[in-house]
Amino acid sequence: MTSLPATPHRLGERRPWTAVVHEWATTVDHKRLGIMYVVTGMIFLVVAGLEGSAMRAQLTFAENKLISPEVFNQLFTMHGTTMVFLMGMPVLLGMANFLVPLQIGARDMAFPRLNAFGFWLFLLGSILLYFSYLGAPGLDGAAAAPDVGWFAYAPLTERPFSRGNSTDYWILGIMVGGFGSMTTAINLIATTLCMRCPGMTLMRMPLLTWMMLVVAILILTAIPVLTAAQVMLLFDRSLGAHFFDTQNGGDAVFWQHLFWFFGHPEVYILILPGFGFISEVIPVFSRKVIFGYPLMVAATVAIMFISLGVWAHHMFVVGLGPFLNSLFAATTFLVSIPTGIKVFNWLATLWGGHIRFTASMMFALGFLAMFVLGGLTGIMLAVVPFDWQLSDTYFVVGHFHYVLIGGLLNAIFAGLFFWFPKATGRLLSETLGKWSFWLLQIGFTLTFGPMHISGILGMPRRIAYYEPDRGWEIWNQISSFGVIFQILAVALFAWNVITSLRSGRRAGNDPWDAWTLEWATTSPPPEHNFDTIPVVGSRRPLWDSKHPEDPDSSYGA
Amino acid sequence: MSAIPASILTDPVARPSRGKVGMASLIMMESCFFATFVVAYLFYIGKSATGPQPRDVLDLGPVIVNSIALFASSYTAIRSFRALAAGAIRAFEGWLLLTILLGGYFIVGTGLEWYGLITQHGLTITTNLFGTTFYSLVGFHAFHVIVGLVCLTGILVLSLRGHVKPRDAGRVELVGWYWHFVDAVWVVVFTVVYLVGRDGGTLTP
Ligand code: HEM
Ligand SMILES: [Cu+2]
Repeated sequence: MTSLPATPHRLGERRPWTAVVHEWATTVDHKRLGIMYVVTGMIFLVVAGLEGSAMRAQLTFAENKLISPEVFNQLFTMHGTTMVFLMGMPVLLGMANFLVPLQIGARDMAFPRLNAFGFWLFLLGSILLYFSYLGAPGLDGAAAAPDVGWFAYAPLTERPFSRGNSTDYWILGIMVGGFGSMTTAINLIATTLCMRCPGMTLMRMPLLTWMMLVVAILILTAIPVLTAAQVMLLFDRSLGAHFFDTQNGGDAVFWQHLFWFFGHPEVYILILPGFGFISEVIPVFSRKVIFGYPLMVAATVAIMFISLGVWAHHMFVVGLGPFLNSLFAATTFLVSIPTGIKVFNWLATLWGGHIRFTASMMFALGFLAMFVLGGLTGIMLAVVPFDWQLSDTYFVVGHFHYVLIGGLLNAIFAGLFFWFPKATGRLLSETLGKWSFWLLQIGFTLTFGPMHISGILGMPRRIAYYEPDRGWEIWNQISSFGVIFQILAVALFAWNVITSLRSGRRAGNDPWDAWTLEWATTSPPPEHNFDTIPVVGSRRPLWDSKHPEDPDSSYGA
Repeated sequence: MSAIPASILTDPVARPSRGKVGMASLIMMESCFFATFVVAYLFYIGKSATGPQPRDVLDLGPVIVNSIALFASSYTAIRSFRALAAGAIRAFEGWLLLTILLGGYFIVGTGLEWYGLITQHGLTITTNLFGTTFYSLVGFHAFHVIVGLVCLTGILVLSLRGHVKPRDAGRVELVGWYWHFVDAVWVVVFTVVYLVGRDGGTLTP
């Protein structure tokens, strides 16, 4: 990212690369930290994407001998763990880091050094996780990378069943990264509550900032539970404690409760920032205010509370009994109400708008379509008898890839196309962006659509082999075929970033004619963000300054 | 943004202090962490297949003295911060020292309790589920007390070197919040381990 002018230096001045590295490594600037988060996250998107592609290669043919079952187990573990903790979290926290102070008219986060600390913790955690490939065999050479699945069910993770150190690396890598996420969450809460510019009341905050605030609260509620569970597991493995040790009275289902108490809020930690991007992109490219702002805020807060009480829908097949199963099915249905409210609000924002089909907007619309489909299969899975049939099959894999790739990844791309010019001063190519969009949607649908069918046909997830006479092969082949398009889409995006950084069109302060404060400053913003701290009188401060004859503020919004 | 009428520029709500919000968030996060260990303790009460059981080995007497010391330290901490805010540096240091001593007494007391449990009753973290959950929960609490003691001692040393001024009272008080939180956690731990768990602790056949 050489195009970011370093504040103390003149533009164009040549400096040794060590000086540049030193500057980035010691920075406490929220924008640079944000960019480092996003870049690291996108690198892990490629890594985990390749792991996924390797699994698809193995499953293309029945009884394929390309990848051994042991390696396959490592692949799906590392793929899931990486996508959630090393791609999703850093990209979203990075975007939050970059955008929240700008959107609320602040000069930095509340605790800039803590912020840098959080990033380096995250990086250490991810290195720990991948170091397992080298370090995990330990002295007895009994393991390589973690191979217990991203939810690491006990008692498989206990010492007798998971030899070597791979599970310990899984624990430590995620735990250290989790501390990073938690410090960032503390920072985000303090920033949004304490650093808002004059006039920026809570109900004037951009929706993205609102959602990041709620995400931060969810992080502080859910991740400590995972950390505690991981500490227990670590005690079991290294001190001989018995938390999940079924041979000494420990309870394996207890791990499931703890993990999913974290795990379900975690999926909302991942999707709420996506909702935030969409809530900024859709109004700007529909040339309308967001429909039902207070309702959006209320729905976000409602999702926060409800999502803490639905975790056992991941455990319907455990045998919790009819009472608990019905209870958690009911709460799960409940969470689709605020989610549905949001979808209708986005649709109502689009309705009658002057829609501009930029690449960013197309990804946002792709998000809407795919996320709704994924939400619908989610509701199907919340029907207990239906779930008994389909739990642990490819149907579930289809469901969560619709919400996470069709939903979250589309939203991330919508956000990246939208804010890349702000971060770098250059616009991404719209043409390449639209190619990426169509390739991704086609590839994604080809890969994950058929998984619903192979799942209904009974194909379990996490298997490395299947017999040819099951009728699964054709669906697997379509799935694998789709991967090619997805790889092309991401490669094209990478190419787009590289070429646009050098020769993209100059963005100017406000390329999209948008309304929130980040567009009031230069692109890229100076280190202190704003020369004078802005003062706002409505939810759309830039509209007010562009249209002094008809400001929002005169409607009391 | 000259177009905005001055009347709506004024945002009546003053922003809270970021130190306080940050510390409150940290406390919320720590509460969730402790809650998990408390739930684990409650969940495994009475599920140890072999002894020793809590009723046989937990001695309430010393623990109650310990607890009184810890609760008293919350009071002395409040006195010390008030003294600082009032500018009475010597009184501040005196009360702070007393707080540290009381906290230190609690840690030593816990250490002695553990020593007895390990050497006399052979209870370690590997012995049974009681040992597993007991040492984890009580141990994490003790660890937090130690962190608090380190912070308080740091403040005392700074103050003795003349670096703490009444205008720092707000920041010093944040450490106080943490200290009170650790105290409050002990109320829960004490209730769960020594009151609820002690008698539920036998596996009734
Ligand atoms: C309308 C809302 C949703 C409902 C009703 C719903 C319901 C469910 C249910 C019942 C399962 C368990 C299936 C099983 O294992 O048998 C599940 C799995 C899953 N869901 Fe959702 N879901 C919804 C939205 C989402 C969203 C928004 C995300 C993420 C952004 C998500 C991510 C996941 C993941 C990752 C899993 C699988 C976890 C695993 O087993 O590895 N879901 N969902
Ligand atoms: Cu869930």
